[in-house]
Amino acid sequence: MKRRDTLKAISLTGFGLAVTPVEAAVPAPPTPKPLKIPGGRQKFEAERDAKLMGEKFFTPHELQTVTVLSDIIIPADAKSGSASQAGVPAFIEFMMKDQPGNQTPMRGGLRWIDNTSKRLFGNDFVACTKAQQIELVDQIAYPKLAKTGMTQGASFFSMMRNLTASGFYTSKMGIEDIGYVGNVPNQWNGVPNDVLKQYGLAYEEREIAGYE
Amino acid sequence: MFIGQDELEAVKVSPVLLCIVYYVSNQISLLFTYSFMNSFHLNHAPTEYDVVIVGSGAGGGMAAYTLAKAGAKVLLLEAGGYFDPADPKYITQLKWPYESPRRGAGTTRAFGDFDAAWGGWDIEGEPYTTVKGTEFHWFRSRMLGGRTNHWGRISLRFAPDDFRRKSMTGVGEDWPIGYNDISPFYDRVDKLIGVFGSKEGMESEPDGYFLPPPKPRLHELMIRKGARSIGVPVIPSRLSILTKAINDERGACFYCNQCGRACQAYADFSSSSVLVKPALKTGNVTLVNGAMVREVTTDPATGLATGVNYIDKATMDDVKIKAKVVMLAASTGETARLLLNSKSSRFPQGLANSSGVVGKYINDSTGASRSAFIPALMDRKRYNEDGVGGMHVFTPWWLDNKKLDFPRGYHIEYWGGMGMPAYGFGWGVEAMNGMIAARDGSMKAGGGYGAGLKDDFRRFYGAYVGMAGRGEPVPLESNYCEIDPSVVDKYGIPVLRFNYKWGDYEIRQAKHMQDTFEEIIHSMGGIALGSKPDASNNYGLAEPGKIIHEVGTVRMGNDPKNSVLNKFQQAHDVKNLFVVDAAAFPSQGDKNVTWTILAASMRTSEYLFDQVKKKNI
Ligand SMILES: Cc1cc2nc3c(=O)[nH]c(=O)nc-3n(C[C@H](O)[C@H](O)[C@H](O)COP(=O)(O)OP(=O)(O)OC[C@H]3O[C@@H](n4cnc5c(N)ncnc54)[C@H](O)[C@@H]3O)c2cc1C
Ligand code: SF4
Repeated sequence: MKRRDTLKAISLTGFGLAVTPVEAAVPAPPTPKPLKIPGGRQKFEAERDAKLMGEKFFTPHELQTVTVLSDIIIPADAKSGSASQAGVPAFIEFMMKDQPGNQTPMRGGLRWIDNTSKRLFGNDFVACTKAQQIELVDQIAYPKLAKTGMTQGASFFSMMRNLTASGFYTSKMGIEDIGYVGNVPNQWNGVPNDVLKQYGLAYEEREIAGYE
Repeated sequence: MFIGQDELEAVKVSPVLLCIVYYVSNQISLLFTYSFMNSFHLNHAPTEYDVVIVGSGAGGGMAAYTLAKAGAKVLLLEAGGYFDPADPKYITQLKWPYESPRRGAGTTRAFGDFDAAWGGWDIEGEPYTTVKGTEFHWFRSRMLGGRTNHWGRISLRFAPDDFRRKSMTGVGEDWPIGYNDISPFYDRVDKLIGVFGSKEGMESEPDGYFLPPPKPRLHELMIRKGARSIGVPVIPSRLSILTKAINDERGACFYCNQCGRACQAYADFSSSSVLVKPALKTGNVTLVNGAMVREVTTDPATGLATGVNYIDKATMDDVKIKAKVVMLAASTGETARLLLNSKSSRFPQGLANSSGVVGKYINDSTGASRSAFIPALMDRKRYNEDGVGGMHVFTPWWLDNKKLDFPRGYHIEYWGGMGMPAYGFGWGVEAMNGMIAARDGSMKAGGGYGAGLKDDFRRFYGAYVGMAGRGEPVPLESNYCEIDPSVVDKYGIPVLRFNYKWGDYEIRQAKHMQDTFEEIIHSMGGIALGSKPDASNNYGLAEPGKIIHEVGTVRMGNDPKNSVLNKFQQAHDVKNLFVVDAAAFPSQGDKNVTWTILAASMRTSEYLFDQVKKKNI
């Protein structure tokens, strides 16, 4: 605001010009919205995160396709829920904006899936029956077995599998599933005895007796 | 055999000893102030400091600590912001991956969203360049404590031979000092900062005053057993992490495996929390953050340094500082840049550069790595094996270079285990699960989906290990950094241009690393992942700079014609100018350099104190 006032003053008193052109040439910066910087973030990171959160990458149809695919990759089972139950689609949406290099392979891959399912079954992927979806997925889920014409789909599916696995196993649900039990203050006292025994390993004398 | 620990205990509990320590340091501090006042006979305007230190990383933090304790009035200028790992404003420790929208991915921080490094390979508005056909990657942290907030805490002493490699092999350069000159300072750094390890009695890996090392994790026991069976030694690692508390200011490690995020208990070494903070408490240090120093000023008549000019990053004001002594600790690259940018009619090649050596001989550790899958670790029992923030065992260099086709050694660092999942978890499983039989013994094609895939992730979790060699290169005159004739940063300061290429020795060393990695992996029944790096990719030798141990741009030596500093890291050309970072090191051993930066900075700071006392400065 100050800068603008100064410019106004200069333009009026010094040069006798109308106010408008100067204002148009140097627009006042918008008053920044106060942003709370979360702990552990630098200001530029907090601003960047807030901006990305405010943007949308996937269309509703794309997001639906991503959701169906991620749940095919990580379905619910006796031990834990599915990818979408763990919030994976929202994570993938964020990664598209955070690392824009993902955008074309993802958007194009989703299009490839629809093009191919229309060719095979006459429908968009999400509108196909479960059996049809699996029939298509089976042709792209094993990169080394993918036939000509399916290899692009295999690359896309690998990308989906990577993002889905990362998103799922870094969620609360996924961490419980995989059995990671750390990230808490504790005392490390070595490998439990039953585990040492299982692997036929033992600590050295000085490790057991303690270093003087 | 852990004498160090007893002594540390003693310091902690004995009030008598404490009194002595305080008494001695008070005496020193009085002496120091007195001597400074006497030897300069200058007016004591509050704006003239005894010493201005540029940079608050390992070298600058130790200098500020040592000089402030001795009573000097110190100005500590740091280009980056204030940082305190115990302040909730900065804490990332103990956060879960889902507290990051990118689950810890390294989009804005090279080593992940929770890493305690502000800066990285690229800093907005602060470019650097490379000569075509050469390569250098420059990691800079811009914050109080520099790169010590998130470094690996691997704290190794150089061995006697590391100071005389040229005499031994005919290539490279000897140091103007030997192990005996620096070992008393290593001892004091061990006790002041704390480091765990084990006494091994190896000539090539000198012992220190150690806290107890943590017991190896499961995969580390397997590595140890396998490697030893083929004659490769594996010993407890040496990290500056407090497995026991050593004073009231710092807590003990609570085994969260996250030193890279900086410890809110101050149980790991960071220059910011362990050196700068106590230095500030003396009342003798003025810290200015956001101060980007652009040149060292000199008196054209005497040729002595008179202070520095810095740019206040917040206001972009150019600020002039007067000081009796200038100490540079801006890191190996930045310190050379500062000298080269401090040109005057008396110093047309840059300050302290009559030899023309400033910027030359830059050298980074070599590095190569390989990872492996250990079938025996599939389906393992879950328990918390976080441990300290780093490996619990490592392999020191164990061979005789006379019998090899490369003249310098390397050590091996290891990783693996049931770590906290982060961005990248499960990535590339399609290249993995086709190699491993299913529970019923059947083989399937790599990739897949559904319940079977979920089961694979559970079976494979914690069954990976990795290893990386970190080796000593031969410093070359043809590897250098200089001022880019056409590029400036956003502060208008001319930037560095690097010119660096690996030589044949380093490539052969990387080949040896790769062969060793495979042998170790096979010795423990592992499957090496990916294809073995070969001549077509320099055996996986990391690009120069990538290992972030660069040293050598302002090297010390006895001959002013081929070195910039004398054996006390004092400029041959300018006696009140000192360099206390790794720019001063003629070589870097097969050890990570930071413990030596700390010991050498303490030594130089005490030498300065002594010189002031003797009225030589
Ligand atoms: C991920 C990682 C892991 C590492 N692991 C290890 C390890 O295990 N063991 C080991 O020995 N080493 C390790 N290192 C290397 C170690 O961090 C460095 O050797 C050490 O920090 C160097 O200390 P320094 O004082 O020279 O510089 P730095 O720590 O880089 O500090 C320099 C400071 O100077 C400031 N500065 C720069 N230019 C200016 C200027 N013009 N004006 C004012 N201030 C300026 C910077 O902002 C910075 O704060 C690691 C590094 C990284 C990045
Ligand atoms: S591993 Fe120990 S020293 Fe490192 S951050 Fe965790 S508690 Fe602190």
